[in-house]
Amino acid sequence: MVVTVVALGAVGVLAGAGLQGNLVYYKTTSELVADPGLAGQRLRLGGLVMASSVSRGPDGVRFTLTDGVQEVRVVNSEQPRGVFQEGQGALVEGVLGADGVFRSDLLLVKHDNTYRPPDGDGNSQAEIRP
Amino acid sequence: MTAPLHPPRSTPADRTLTAATAAASLVALVLALVVAPPDAVQGQAQRLMYVHVPAAWLAYACFATVLVASVAYLLTRDLRWDRRAQAAGELGVGMTALAIALGSIWGRPVWGTWWVWDPRLITTVVLLLVYAGYLSVRGLGDDRGTGARRAAAVGIIGFVNVPIVHFSVVWWRTLHQPATVLSPDQAVLDGRMAAALLAAVVAFTLAGWLVVRRRIRQLALLDAEPAVADPEPARPLVVTAKPQP
Repeated sequence: MVVTVVALGAVGVLAGAGLQGNLVYYKTTSELVADPGLAGQRLRLGGLVMASSVSRGPDGVRFTLTDGVQEVRVVNSEQPRGVFQEGQGALVEGVLGADGVFRSDLLLVKHDNTYRPPDGDGNSQAEIRP
Repeated sequence: MTAPLHPPRSTPADRTLTAATAAASLVALVLALVVAPPDAVQGQAQRLMYVHVPAAWLAYACFATVLVASVAYLLTRDLRWDRRAQAAGELGVGMTALAIALGSIWGRPVWGTWWVWDPRLITTVVLLLVYAGYLSVRGLGDDRGTGARRAAAVGIIGFVNVPIVHFSVVWWRTLHQPATVLSPDQAVLDGRMAAALLAAVVAFTLAGWLVVRRRIRQLALLDAEPAVADPEPARPLVVTAKPQP
């Protein structure tokens, strides 16, 4: 019974904190821009990689993240892994500098829930829209 | 530990189920590896969907079975329901672990990491721990009935975790993508990919059914056997001082 109560309590705390928005896995670019208090804090930032914003150099990879409203320039110290590309989601962990550039050392790819064949695949394009 | 178990004799229903499982698996393999195209963004790694998603689905189905069988056990106090719950719980834990492992392997090439502590992954680990606890709590009671009763309580309350895991990608921001099938929003899945996924889900479900049926019969044999007396009762450990030379 103790196990049950503890498990239930932990689940409750997790659900409650989530509903209040205290547990946010990443900030959006709009949230980061809107809250000056976040500058200088280490946090995760998520958004879409803007088209033709990616450039790779010896100091890592530079690109712009957007949520469609606000844009934030990002410099990631390492070359990206995963299926990083323009137009797809990405998540970076780092600090927003006073110059408005977000410097990160961890870059993850957040892909969406659509699955389609590569362009030029001439087969059926039947799509399921539940 | 216990006397060796004779494998239960297979019935015509078993053979039909085995043949259906084999056929569904073959269809799923061909659809997943040959017919379905690679994903435009994720490439070949996306094919892991055809094992990761069915493993997670089968885990959900197992825990739903645990819920129903646990309620039935508490109402009837019939150990047949407890054995059904235990067999489903064991497979559910295995499938949860498999879904986590396959998800991790999928995450490395696509996300760029084996693991993140995002809400979907955290809640799935909690799910695994709760049902591992469900299996271990059965052994803690003084007798068979006590263990079964406590396990039933955990099996019923623990099911709360299943919707939390499933909707974690909707309720919270996660790195994990939301569901495509059984999803509240509009998602796109290529027709051939959907066919492969459906066939794989059917194959996993049939295979799981087969495994659980056999395990239930094995557990029934265990319950039917008279308790084996411990040949040598445990004695208290006596520590004596070693005489100094």
